[in-house]
Amino acid sequence: MPPNLTAEPVIAARALSKHYGDFAAVDGISFEVPAGEAFGLLGPNGAGKSTTMKMIGGVSQRTSGELSILGLDPEQHGPEVRAHLGVVPQQDNLDEELRVRDNLLVYGRYFGLPMSYLKPKADELLEFAQLTEKAGAKVDSLSGGMKRRLTIARSLINEPKILLLDEPTTGLDPQARHILWDRLFRLKESGVTLILTTHYMDEAEQLCDRLVVVDKGRIMAEGSPATLIREHSTREVLELRFGSERNTTVAADLEGIGERLETLPDRVLIYAADGEAALEQVSARGLHPITSLVRRSSLEDVFLRLTGRSLVD
Amino acid sequence: MTEPRTGARPAVPAGTPGPGLRAHPPAVSAARARAFGSWYYAEHVLRVMNSYRWTILASSVGTPVMYLFAMGVGLASLVDSSGAGTFGGVSYLAFLAPALLASAALMAATNEFTYPVMDGFKWRRVYYGPHASPLGTHQIVNGHILAVTLRLAVMSVIYFAIVALFGASPSPWGWAAVPVAVLSGLAFGVPLMAYAASLTEDKGQFALVMRFIATPLFLFSGTFFPLDTLPLLLRWIGWISPLWHGTELGRALTYGHAIPPGLAAVHLIFLIALTVLGWRLAQRTFARRLGG
Repeated sequence: MPPNLTAEPVIAARALSKHYGDFAAVDGISFEVPAGEAFGLLGPNGAGKSTTMKMIGGVSQRTSGELSILGLDPEQHGPEVRAHLGVVPQQDNLDEELRVRDNLLVYGRYFGLPMSYLKPKADELLEFAQLTEKAGAKVDSLSGGMKRRLTIARSLINEPKILLLDEPTTGLDPQARHILWDRLFRLKESGVTLILTTHYMDEAEQLCDRLVVVDKGRIMAEGSPATLIREHSTREVLELRFGSERNTTVAADLEGIGERLETLPDRVLIYAADGEAALEQVSARGLHPITSLVRRSSLEDVFLRLTGRSLVD
Repeated sequence: MTEPRTGARPAVPAGTPGPGLRAHPPAVSAARARAFGSWYYAEHVLRVMNSYRWTILASSVGTPVMYLFAMGVGLASLVDSSGAGTFGGVSYLAFLAPALLASAALMAATNEFTYPVMDGFKWRRVYYGPHASPLGTHQIVNGHILAVTLRLAVMSVIYFAIVALFGASPSPWGWAAVPVAVLSGLAFGVPLMAYAASLTEDKGQFALVMRFIATPLFLFSGTFFPLDTLPLLLRWIGWISPLWHGTELGRALTYGHAIPPGLAAVHLIFLIALTVLGWRLAQRTFARRLGG
């Protein structure tokens, strides 16, 4: 049977809000995620991404709005919703008093899974997470990247069709991140729906089919990474550094080059379809930056455009 | 796994079930978690305890042997020679044994319901793992209590066996002091769990609890001398102490210490009431902390 494209989305949020006192951590966001999609929430720290994830994960009560996971309200059917999910929290919460493999077994028991299933499954997941040699090791002897992979392995013990990843690679070195991305990509290929939050634009670009840009609890834009870049930025960006003293003063002399100009404390960004051509115009005006770089537009630029701020401060 | 591999990486992503290896459907997980979730979490805590089982066993044997020798044999030789009668006509060892049994459970419960709770919320955030699973917060509380209850039961059985070897439990009902000791431990430990769950930072409160609550209870709950030999000014410590209530019941069971049935009921109800109150409070506090 062909996949039913009109099927109900696995996650549907409508005007979802979460208030802490007067503070609106999540302020009326709406989105839908179809099965098998890798959906991202991109935004700076404090944008409300984790709060949204907790509501989807059925561990935090919403203040208002509607939320349904596979047609179920996580507040009415907490255990039923959570039984469908795999969750990778922002902060690892492995049990460091248990050994690596035992962490998987113990977690699987929360789903009532029998040992006859859990033992071979744990070995399979350790293989997948490249931790087979560490099966009998104490968790606190693992590196940050290994702990992260173990947390992901743990989240898969119940073979979830939906995986929630809250900043899966924050704090990891580049190599560890690439290993993780590779594992997540394999999961996506196997049909698992991924919901991830990140403040790394490269992560969002690598993994997400579609994403929402979130700031201050609101959705600023929605679309695929390529669409967002096309709609909210130019094809290329010219980055110029004149030295931190001069960036602001020079900016005035750069007016009119490219489509748009953005002055940051450490550099000036010129948005243009052709970066090299823009650089020639800069030289023609007798301006000589210390360094210049032409690059393609990224989600970082989209975010800057939409919020006037950078993603990682 | 025996299947041949072509490269360093597994050919099958983990999301895809291997041949014959398939998790039961989520609906089954949810139903089982609703029915047995407390036991599932207890399993986790027991597994952690199992990783230091030798320490638990060694202290379960070492503590009674040490106390019974030092107090029940050494000190008793002085006490008993100075004319009995004070201790209901039994040896000092017999008088002491049920009190030591209950206080050992209370001390162990103090350990299990303080630092591990802080660990669950703050240090290693262990509670947040099961919280994201089908388990409910109340089941995390129940599971923790269940596991500690089992641990207290095991150590109390060992303790009582050693007491019996010392000949310090003349009554045939002596074994029933074991559940009473466990209940005494819970009556102190479970309210403590609720308190521990309400703390967001360890500023040495647990050390204070040990020093200024647990230790005075140990000393002034009629443990080493009958409560009525204390001046009235201090006797209230015993009255509010789960240890005194547990010890009095234990004494009635191990050597037929005469207490009116009405008072025995008060002892039992007091211990149960403290446990239930602490349990309810802990469930509420856990829900508030984890639910956010």
